[in-house]
Amino acid sequence: MFAFLANPDRFMAFSRWAAPILGVAAALLLGAGLYFTFAAPEDYQQFDTVRIMFIHVPAAWLGMFAYLCLGVASLLAFVFRHALADAAAKAAAPLGAAFTALALITGSLWGRPMWGTWWTWDARLTSVLVLFLFYLGYMALRAAIDDEVKAGRAAAILALVGLVNLPVIHFSVVWWNSLHQGSSTFGAERGDTLPAIYLTPLALMGLGYLALFGALWLVRIRAEVWRRRATVLALRAAEG
Amino acid sequence: MDFDAGKYALYVWSAFGAVAVVFAWMIADSLARARRWRREADPRFRGDDRE
Repeated sequence: MFAFLANPDRFMAFSRWAAPILGVAAALLLGAGLYFTFAAPEDYQQFDTVRIMFIHVPAAWLGMFAYLCLGVASLLAFVFRHALADAAAKAAAPLGAAFTALALITGSLWGRPMWGTWWTWDARLTSVLVLFLFYLGYMALRAAIDDEVKAGRAAAILALVGLVNLPVIHFSVVWWNSLHQGSSTFGAERGDTLPAIYLTPLALMGLGYLALFGALWLVRIRAEVWRRRATVLALRAAEG
Repeated sequence: MDFDAGKYALYVWSAFGAVAVVFAWMIADSLARARRWRREADPRFRGDDRE
């Protein structure tokens, strides 16, 4: 799959129909997810704030998944000097930053009524903030260096360093005493798993967020490919 | 369907509003970038999606 899509022309042909399909899938999944979000009963402890979970948890998942995509694309760009992998890394960063910002904002809005505070320097919250700072650092570093090749390689190193943070985020609630709850979906202890009435909207919203990320990532990679082609055309025109 | 979040309405609706704003920005910015650079890369391009 990677080898097939590594060719820019094949990627552009593939993404031309894949992006709208993912966009439609995102709209359907998010619509169904929202229906079940507001059809679910309020929680006996968290009352109506439980509905924030359906938009907060997928945002955190996608913040981490987008960084994984950024890291893998950066590795391929750094090792193989592949221009399309570099474009993919660059395109993933703003989307991942947006999802991570959403996780922080919605988490804060959930934490205030349930924990009594907007923010605490808890291991989970702090490691997600570090993830957000890695995204900002990646984008700032790319923007700060004029030479695009050097900028891509420097940013790729930063992205690879930041991969270390992903397991820290995941295991932060296990390794340290945390105000943040442990997992109630993937890898949850028996008895800690969410009931189906909450798991259904969470799964639909998670898949909807994933489809949206996929669609927008493809659109942004296509934009980056066109931008590089436009730059080459402008240079040729300037050279006469 | 239960849209009444009671005394937590401010937190719940602020969170959903934040998601709506950020999603709108992500979609608008991505499409605007694609449209702009597609035109720059191919000046003949006018609404046709061929590369």
